[in-house]
Amino acid sequence: MSKTKFILGLFDDPDAMMDGIHKLQQNSVPIYDVYTPMPIHGIEAKLGIKDSRLGYAAFLFGCTGGTVAFSMLYYMLVHDWPMNIGGKPSFAIPDFVPITFEWTVLFTAFGMVATFFYATHLFPGRAPRVMDLRATDDRFVIAIDAKGNTPHADITNILKEAGAVEVKHNERKYVSYE
Amino acid sequence: METHNNFDQKFEFAGKAKTLSLAGIAIGVVAIALGFATGAIERTFANMLLMGYYFACVCMAGIFFCAVQYVAQAGWSASLIRIPQAFAKTLPIAAVVLIAIVLAGLNMTHTVTNEEGKQIVIPYLYKIWGAHGVTDPKSEAYDAIIAGKSSFLNIGFFLTRLVVFLGVYSLFGFLLVKYSTNEDEIGGMSNYNNSFKMACIFLVIFGFTTPIFAFDTIMSLEARWFSTMFGWYNFAAMWVSGLAAITLVIILLKQNGYLSWVNENHFHNFGQLIFGFSVFWTYTWFAQFLLIYYANLPEEAVYFFRRWEPEFKPWFWLNIVVNFALPILFLMARDYKRMINRLKYVCILVLVGHWLDYYMMVSPSTIGPQAHWYSQIGWIEAGVAVGFAGLFTFLMLTALSKFKALAPKNHPFLQESLHHHI
Repeated sequence: MSKTKFILGLFDDPDAMMDGIHKLQQNSVPIYDVYTPMPIHGIEAKLGIKDSRLGYAAFLFGCTGGTVAFSMLYYMLVHDWPMNIGGKPSFAIPDFVPITFEWTVLFTAFGMVATFFYATHLFPGRAPRVMDLRATDDRFVIAIDAKGNTPHADITNILKEAGAVEVKHNERKYVSYE
Repeated sequence: METHNNFDQKFEFAGKAKTLSLAGIAIGVVAIALGFATGAIERTFANMLLMGYYFACVCMAGIFFCAVQYVAQAGWSASLIRIPQAFAKTLPIAAVVLIAIVLAGLNMTHTVTNEEGKQIVIPYLYKIWGAHGVTDPKSEAYDAIIAGKSSFLNIGFFLTRLVVFLGVYSLFGFLLVKYSTNEDEIGGMSNYNNSFKMACIFLVIFGFTTPIFAFDTIMSLEARWFSTMFGWYNFAAMWVSGLAAITLVIILLKQNGYLSWVNENHFHNFGQLIFGFSVFWTYTWFAQFLLIYYANLPEEAVYFFRRWEPEFKPWFWLNIVVNFALPILFLMARDYKRMINRLKYVCILVLVGHWLDYYMMVSPSTIGPQAHWYSQIGWIEAGVAVGFAGLFTFLMLTALSKFKALAPKNHPFLQESLHHHI
């Protein structure tokens, strides 16, 4: 039993990598993920990645922020300590709008950053986990989960045929920056 | 699934579009004639000014759109730039129409009884500052506030500004169209570079002069009141209604078999722009409202006081719902912006909404409160609006049909536009 956990096909050209994805898909080899140093047009559709749900998260964070700000203002200015400001009623809704708006934006922005960190396992102070260091530099990497995907030699051949400059059989999932 | 695009396709202005736009013009002429005949002259003039201004603003938005695309060196819009260019080509006529309305409104006068019970002669448009003798201390009609503003706000300088602004905008519109059509003939980058330069100059001039244009044409209807936000508020209204008009024309052309290369990615961009600038419009609207509400100075609050009368209050609220809440809800999600029919109805909604927006600027100070809130908008409003919509459609589509092809085939960003994907 091979100890290989992941097979990585390293390409130096995005078109060759897209060709590699195509060949793997034709041979029904499931692709774990693809890592590229730059955005590749149309790759989401090719890999069948679903649309991001970050927008829904943003909407919910915005609703939360708006509600929190409005409730806070209501509690402070109407319930707890009503003040006479320019002879206006305590519950003067137009005055509440700027703060409510700002908090909606603030909650949405922070919430989206937090969601992004959570989803990508990126936190300040944590060494990012990557499968191949050069995927952030000049290599286009296709990762294939080795378990159940046998024989490994066939996968290696498919990748080589498509123009991979290097095929790695890694026993660990990630190599970390240290 | 790549379709075969015919870049030499010409727009044929015939059939239903021509019949309907001519019918619209006929309705407008009948409405204006009936308005004069039934004695509602001031109301007819106010509506003509509103629609003349709206008409000119939509054409100006076409030039602004072209200029923004050149300055940003945007690629996505290259294949559909002919449509805003057709708007730009229509501006000279829109300018003549607007100036004619303003001239007629300033020169035709009627006698009314003022608050002090005196008989005074006032023009149908700009009655506060346009009347004879407002700046003369010996005159019955003397108004100290207006006299203080008269070094800027006098008929001669007012008309000069109007003519110069609209003339300069038309000139830049003409140049941008000319460079683009030259580009089709000879290719190369020289015309694109010229367009870029002219677009830069135009945007600077436009940015400084549109607020003054709005102050002059619309804000001076209430010449004793002023708001520095008014210019940007009007700019926001102009830009979002112009975007809605451009999008609507492109959708209708596409649904009638033209512009085969325009797809949901381009509409996604337009949806984002309409969504974003609807929010921007609300921002400027609210910025103006909040400052006036918060300071509560009588000379400023009078503007919203008039719009808070029971006859105007439903329209006041409807204005915010139609121009803010509905575009936001209808265009929020990504997929919504890519549904062509949904976008089409939002465009119509935004165009009608900004008619109401302009109506709320013009009407309380000219037409004034009517018997009921629902009689505030009647057949004169509808007729004149349909008339000008027909006039715009007719002139713009005529201009569009004069282009040799609907695609600018030598535009340096044409391929980028054809492969636009988001």
